[in-house]
Amino acid sequence: MSRWEKLKRNPRAAWAAFILIAVLLAVLPFLADTLLSRSWVRIIDFVLLYIILALGLNIVVGFAGLLDLGYVAFFAVGAYLYALLASPHFGIHLPFWALLPLGAGVTCIFGVLLGAPTLRLRGDYLAIVTLGFGEIIRIFLNNLNAPINITNGPQGVNKIDPVSFGGFSFNQTHQFLGVNFASVHNYYYLFLALTLLVIFISMRLQDSRIGRAWVAVREDEVAAKAMGINTRNIKLLAFAMGASFGGVGGGLFAGFQGFISPESFTLIESIMILCMVVLGGMGNIAGVVLGVVLLVALPEALRYIGPFEQALFGRVIVDPADLRMLIFGLALILVMLFRPAGLLPSTTRKREFAGEEEMPVNSEVSA
Amino acid sequence: MTLLEARHVTKRFGGLLALDEVSLSLQKGEIYGLIGPNGAGKTTLFNVLTGLYSSDNGEFFFNGEKLIATKPHAVAERGIARTFQNIRLFGNMSALENVMVGRHVRTRAGVIGAVLRGSRTREEEDGIRSRAFTLLQYVGIAEYANNLSSHLSYGDQRRLEIARALATEPKLLALDEPAAGMNATETAGLKKLLEIIRGDGVTILLIEHDVKLVMDLCDRVAVLDYGKKIAEGAPQQVQRDPAVIEAYLGGVLA
Repeated sequence: MSRWEKLKRNPRAAWAAFILIAVLLAVLPFLADTLLSRSWVRIIDFVLLYIILALGLNIVVGFAGLLDLGYVAFFAVGAYLYALLASPHFGIHLPFWALLPLGAGVTCIFGVLLGAPTLRLRGDYLAIVTLGFGEIIRIFLNNLNAPINITNGPQGVNKIDPVSFGGFSFNQTHQFLGVNFASVHNYYYLFLALTLLVIFISMRLQDSRIGRAWVAVREDEVAAKAMGINTRNIKLLAFAMGASFGGVGGGLFAGFQGFISPESFTLIESIMILCMVVLGGMGNIAGVVLGVVLLVALPEALRYIGPFEQALFGRVIVDPADLRMLIFGLALILVMLFRPAGLLPSTTRKREFAGEEEMPVNSEVSA
Repeated sequence: MTLLEARHVTKRFGGLLALDEVSLSLQKGEIYGLIGPNGAGKTTLFNVLTGLYSSDNGEFFFNGEKLIATKPHAVAERGIARTFQNIRLFGNMSALENVMVGRHVRTRAGVIGAVLRGSRTREEEDGIRSRAFTLLQYVGIAEYANNLSSHLSYGDQRRLEIARALATEPKLLALDEPAAGMNATETAGLKKLLEIIRGDGVTILLIEHDVKLVMDLCDRVAVLDYGKKIAEGAPQQVQRDPAVIEAYLGGVLA
């Protein structure tokens, strides 16, 4: 906060930092391409995609305090909506610019539908019911291939139209100013734009009348009601906003992958997204972004353990696939032990976990 | 002129009759005390009035209109704000933010307004902030505006709850034991504050155990015992009422 204010007071430094970050983000895929490998550009694309998802879940869990374990359902709905309306499966090929808002809108409705029955539930009970919803959606997707084939069942939907604007297909390599933009690069810029938009929306919402109402509901629902907040509507709004982010993420995922199946939308996916939110710092947008970067990049980076062992010991002692998840799990536990409020906790969460000791108390003065 | 009228309000919890045909009426601008032994049904009456519980029978008329099966947020919108016996602040928000939440019901910005943040939203947001700060000054805790509400002293938390309630622009302010846990100095300060609030045209319904405060402050007092209203009138008059003495001290002494 203080650093932020320092930056605000020094517009020159702020602009310099801003331009630096902008340039870095602009050349990031090419840096990753030359320094690491093409597959890392793809990983960065996924980081951006998961930022969109995690920020959606952050509205529900971080802001409004509603523990949702079935968030992946909205991701699935968004992905399937895109896949069914832009693939040879039904022979429908709607354009991307129509599908994106449609996906956001439809998942919004799903958010309200799934949110409505859970309004009276809190904490553990809410978690269990939302978990059930997540599974219901997945099982539906798995079985809606008979009697009428809607989702194509476990085989999933194939040959989904790649994202394209007018004649510009994101799946082809384009040459622009003498630079080759491969498919993953094109998607990077699309995802980056949408991620920035989602970050912007999240920040604006957090610092608004609506954002305060969400926090009030999280802090004390009875008091929030008595202060004139329609808690039913404000909770449904949180579900709807979170779901629409998930739906947008799902649509992008379907267009990017070209193939989706129910297997992509299992419970573990919900848990991973929740981990990103919690690990980074619930309720803090920068924290959530950091959480996503770590949880997507870390398992990938740990793939290098195999070659590392080879170089160190001359042979692979422990199978890297086993070690990878072990280290990953250990890292999660360590972070939660030493930074229980997340890596970059929101100010309110930090206070919550710090308890009374760390904050200055002014009660003596007033009494 | 009558601001609030309760007619035969009844509330049961299983076999327990928490409120038994309670009727009372509050005049605009008065401070009306609600007293009675523990478990008499005072807080239950508050909860029914503010829509947290639904009544089994009876009705409330507020400002000439019937409050029918009204949800808590709608009650607040109609102009009844309350505080809680066991303080219910938004503990992890600052004092200022707590009061800003109170402005929710009198402001309009939605998701689109919040995201686009046009001039109207900005003006509204500025208004919320400045009004909230003014209210903190009004109750005398503006210096702690940016402190976490859970870190304020007990007395200041009570004041903050009042400021938050006032932020909803109530016609009727319902206070549930605002002096509980306060020392004599704090109680004196509270009394002064409540007189100022009344002077600004807000009617006050007060549950309080501090007899001195009730006697000094209230224009009229109603006494509840086992869910029944057993006395009503000027404080001095109620104080001498045999039924009240019996309720408080038991039958043997009366």
